[in-house]
Amino acid sequence: MTALLVDTSGAPPVETVARRRGGFLGAVRRSRKAQVGLAMLFVFCVFAVVPQLFTSVRHPNDLAFAPRLPPSGAHWLGTTALGQDIWAQLVYGTRESLVIALVAGAFATLLSVVVGVSAAYLRGVGDEVLSMIINIFLVIPTFPLIIILATYAGKGTLPVVLIVLIVTGWSYGANQLRAQTLSLRNRDFLEAAKIRGERRSYVIFAEVLPTMTSLILATFLGAALYSVLTAAGLQFIGLGDPNSISWGTMLYWAQNQQALQTGTPLWSIAPGLCVALLGASFALINYAFDEISNPALRPVRGRRRRRARG
Amino acid sequence: MRYVLRRLGFFALTLWAALTLNFFLPRFMPGNPLQALRARTHGKVSPEALQQMLTSYGFKPHQNVVSQYFAYLGNMFTGHWGVSIGATLGQPVRQIIGQALPWTLGLVGVATVLAFLLGSLIGVLAGWRRGGALDSVLPPIFVVTSALPYFWVGLLLILVFSVWTHGWLPSDFNYDTSLQPGLSPGFVGSVLQHAVLPGATILITAIGAWILTMRNNMLTTLAEDYVRMARAKGLPDRRIMFDYAARNAMLPNLAGFAMSLGFVITGSILVEYVFNYPGLGYELYNAVQNTDYPLMQALFMLFTVAVLLALLICEFAIAVLDPRSRARA
Repeated sequence: MTALLVDTSGAPPVETVARRRGGFLGAVRRSRKAQVGLAMLFVFCVFAVVPQLFTSVRHPNDLAFAPRLPPSGAHWLGTTALGQDIWAQLVYGTRESLVIALVAGAFATLLSVVVGVSAAYLRGVGDEVLSMIINIFLVIPTFPLIIILATYAGKGTLPVVLIVLIVTGWSYGANQLRAQTLSLRNRDFLEAAKIRGERRSYVIFAEVLPTMTSLILATFLGAALYSVLTAAGLQFIGLGDPNSISWGTMLYWAQNQQALQTGTPLWSIAPGLCVALLGASFALINYAFDEISNPALRPVRGRRRRRARG
Repeated sequence: MRYVLRRLGFFALTLWAALTLNFFLPRFMPGNPLQALRARTHGKVSPEALQQMLTSYGFKPHQNVVSQYFAYLGNMFTGHWGVSIGATLGQPVRQIIGQALPWTLGLVGVATVLAFLLGSLIGVLAGWRRGGALDSVLPPIFVVTSALPYFWVGLLLILVFSVWTHGWLPSDFNYDTSLQPGLSPGFVGSVLQHAVLPGATILITAIGAWILTMRNNMLTTLAEDYVRMARAKGLPDRRIMFDYAARNAMLPNLAGFAMSLGFVITGSILVEYVFNYPGLGYELYNAVQNTDYPLMQALFMLFTVAVLLALLICEFAIAVLDPRSRARA
């Protein structure tokens, strides 16, 4: 569901974006989707960094209150069937979800870049082997694999969940980056670098990678979105650490206590909404980048609409 | 021909990799069926008796791993999937899968294909009227819906259509258990009623990606010379839209469809879990909970085969529909 958002119909003209730095930031500023996505992400970051500013509860997992209180001034979203403040859990839970998204997203992207770019650069047997590995990981259904992995690695503590997400989340990006690198290979500026006698590592780090910045960013956003959703799903079905403070764990306990049927629907709806909003913020930023790097996709406004339709 | 052989080779290799992973993963991980079984019988049955039981069901941990591995590979292909050593102890795995498969195919299969067709159609319309009402409203909405967690949409639908409306639509199981399974209108109605919410969940979360990719493909295709040519010839809009643009814009989506099946399986496991819908995903969840190796292995193999088969069909379809792909091969 996540990976499909990236336009696969053809390699977008990436380099035009990376070259014009000012134009790029300007485009972000003009894009409504990017603004909304970045704003949401910023709010979540603030929650994750200083949760104590937003609630007076310090230990949100303690069973400190009367169970099943309705929303009120003291408990904005009410309390759980176990007697925890839902708002406090939500605020404190932001950190783990965001850490999972950023860390798993970053490492999966790193792996994609390393494998994808080297596959395109090695050519021959090396490329064959690496592409084969990429394709196998692309095709094998990952979620059943994740469930099996997480179960056997002991109830998924944070590192286990992270590793599982990285191992299963890198292949899509690697595939895209390989294709992009292949299409860049024979461009003039790389030929020029080669003729100048630059070392291969210099060409890759100083010429190829900067050119692909926006695709790497898109890969990161896609991987982060995948990680948020998958981690929440894992924790929801009880394969996470049941004592951790996170949205997925809240969802697990809510389901465990039949929150929907017993009159505390907010317990399960609120953390799910947060997962959805965090996911949506990544998806929106990603889609906005797509529009920026591929002007054909941008929304048409005002006078241009006429002409485009004619 | 060489291309076909290469692709078949790739499929065989992928299947082998998945099966191998599937064999070794459980065996290198902590926890084993014997412990799980002891925990489940609360120590009432002696370990020896349990061990004996497991052995008679084909669980032979002391045998050479290599010979176990080859026996396992052979059994996977010949359909000797063993018997469950989980919650339904002793039930043949084939029987469990045989019972669950039609429900998953019926629910997840239909919902996925529907999402693909409907999403592609809406995408075609949105891309056609560039800057029109559909085109300016839909993309932002579906960027958001495609990022929603499957299970949460399911929970939301249960809350609205089942809890708040006091059981207007059922949120549990695949049919009303008080009814006798058969082709009676009451039973069929019950099955359909029970499929509405889980089906809607899959549709809502899956359709967005199709709309977006199809719209984007349309925009690329509409800029092609042959579309301008068709316009210059004065062909009717409908003909240009479907016969010229949509047909070509569809091709990349077809490849995407096969790739997305992995995601669909993911979603369906969670959806079946939320709705207690006794399909393959639900069985996988149970198998994992009960360290039921034979069931787990057979299910994982089935999921992989399903994805590979879909990929194969799509590649075949693309080869038929797109002469360029044949020329390349």
